[in-house]
Amino acid sequence: MLKQMEGSRAVAEAVAMCRPEVICAYPISPQTHIVEALGEMVKDGTLSPCEFINVESEFAAMSVAIGSSAAGARSYTATASQGLLFMAEAVYNASGLGLPIVMTVANRAIGAPINIWNDHSDALSQRDSGWLQLFAETNQEALDLHIQAFRLAEELSLPVMVCMDGFILTHAYERVDMPTQAQVDAYLPKYVPRQMLDPGEPVSIGAMVGPEAFMEVRYLAHAKQMEALELIPSYAAEFKSVFGRDSGGLTHTYRTEDAETIIVAMGSVLGTIKDVIDEMRDAGHKIGVLGITLFRPFPLARVRESLQGAKRVVVLEKSMAVGLGGILSTNVRMALSGLHMHGYTVIAGLGGRAITKKSLHGLFRQAEQDALEPLTFLDLDWNMVNKQLEREKAHRRSGPVAENLLRDVGVVAARNY
Amino acid sequence: MFQVRIHGRGGQGVVTAAEMLSVAAFDEGRHAQAFPSFGSERMGAPVVAFCRIDDKEIRLREPIMEPDAIIIQDPTLLHQVDVFAGLKKDGYILINTSKTFDQLGLGDMIRDWRHERLCTVPAMELALKHVGRPVPNVPLLGGFAAVAGVLQLESVIKAINERFKGKVAEGNIAAAREAYAIVKAEMDEARRKETEHA
Repeated sequence: MLKQMEGSRAVAEAVAMCRPEVICAYPISPQTHIVEALGEMVKDGTLSPCEFINVESEFAAMSVAIGSSAAGARSYTATASQGLLFMAEAVYNASGLGLPIVMTVANRAIGAPINIWNDHSDALSQRDSGWLQLFAETNQEALDLHIQAFRLAEELSLPVMVCMDGFILTHAYERVDMPTQAQVDAYLPKYVPRQMLDPGEPVSIGAMVGPEAFMEVRYLAHAKQMEALELIPSYAAEFKSVFGRDSGGLTHTYRTEDAETIIVAMGSVLGTIKDVIDEMRDAGHKIGVLGITLFRPFPLARVRESLQGAKRVVVLEKSMAVGLGGILSTNVRMALSGLHMHGYTVIAGLGGRAITKKSLHGLFRQAEQDALEPLTFLDLDWNMVNKQLEREKAHRRSGPVAENLLRDVGVVAARNY
Repeated sequence: MFQVRIHGRGGQGVVTAAEMLSVAAFDEGRHAQAFPSFGSERMGAPVVAFCRIDDKEIRLREPIMEPDAIIIQDPTLLHQVDVFAGLKKDGYILINTSKTFDQLGLGDMIRDWRHERLCTVPAMELALKHVGRPVPNVPLLGGFAAVAGVLQLESVIKAINERFKGKVAEGNIAAAREAYAIVKAEMDEARRKETEHA
């Protein structure tokens, strides 16, 4: 049924239809609306049987999810930014123990400086944690991916992170096609745990493993995750047959046929990029975009296949590996190993900096002429940067960077960034 | 695509207004996208929210920098924020005030604009009268239905009924209807004057 609603609400309703038995969460922007809505549904009995557990921190949230999942309950939580970092040790434990927890990450920057706005630093900091990571382009895809995530997690007995852009998606009201409970029930079978704490058949979970078997356990985690590359396309196809729409999968291409320049990106910025590509195609430019839906495991073969016909690849990412450049672009580069083509990394949208059509038009045209630097920061204010660098040259005690820059910028009331 | 930017202060229902606009457009079978510009969600701090309306899927995720219409929920923002930034020539402006554009000091700015697209409505007074709370967002939506003509008043009323219940819904509907009537009369007057000029 078509509905106009907030992204967070849409995800909450989809999660509820997946019949989670335990939800534990600690509030943090921009994720809060999701668990608030779920909390209300548990309280008013719409979502039953389900236990909603308020915890005192994100570390506790993931620890409770580990406990409930180990006890055989379908478990869900959500977080963002510093919250994800705070639970990091438990995040690794959840995957190491092979527990099929589903977690929403409402993507937000990581401090310092503290910043509540959107980028992908939080989720990508956990890229090697052993969780599967899916990125949603729209609120429709966000809600669809959650339904697929439970199926995937439980089949593989591995946890899945569904990432959606904080504020840009979580707080956006837009049209979604809300599935029925019957559809979700038809798609998502009852959870049958591969391992569980059961007094009737006692086992222990979480052994200490020494050098005699540790590498083998880790190898199996990798091999298990790689199975998702086969499973996800078939789950997406089955999703289409039940729900009638394309959602999920490994990647999506848009107008890449005969494209000389292909942009690679993840998340909601793909929408803006597609609008720019339509306008450039109309003007005769041979350009297209590859959207990465599955970031972990990284679909190396599919990415290579999608990009190998291009003359150049521009990876536009809302994340950054300080001291190296891009994170997504490093992964893409691995997929292109041995191919001769131009490759550019563009860091954009950090901490909520708007990524505008105007800037993308300029950027893509520069790329077409191979006039881009290998590493570009989109819409960086060089005056602001240089002023600070000069200040540091002039004075030993130049003071805190963030505060200096804010002073240079002056008071900023609510405006378009 | 029709793009609306709403300026107000935390607590005035700026974000709610944008969301309700999107619901009203959705009820008319159109695509709509509403989203806030976050960061200063404190009571009284300047807040901006956006709404896009189109006949096809809206993929664009940038903030609205060149709006077709601007709704100003608090006229004191005129001195604090560049509320008209990027407004398209001959765009629509709706301000919550009992003053005129001249009295607000905007006379020079709007000299060459189409005056039937520039309206004021005392939304705060209407909200106090009908709802009993100083929240001007919903009456302004009624006024917006009149000035811009992209949405029917009945769709706004439907959106109000989806959002609120009982007395609050009734009061807001009455306020929206009165705002609609006030703005309609203003526009007719402006059109009449322009015809006289011609």
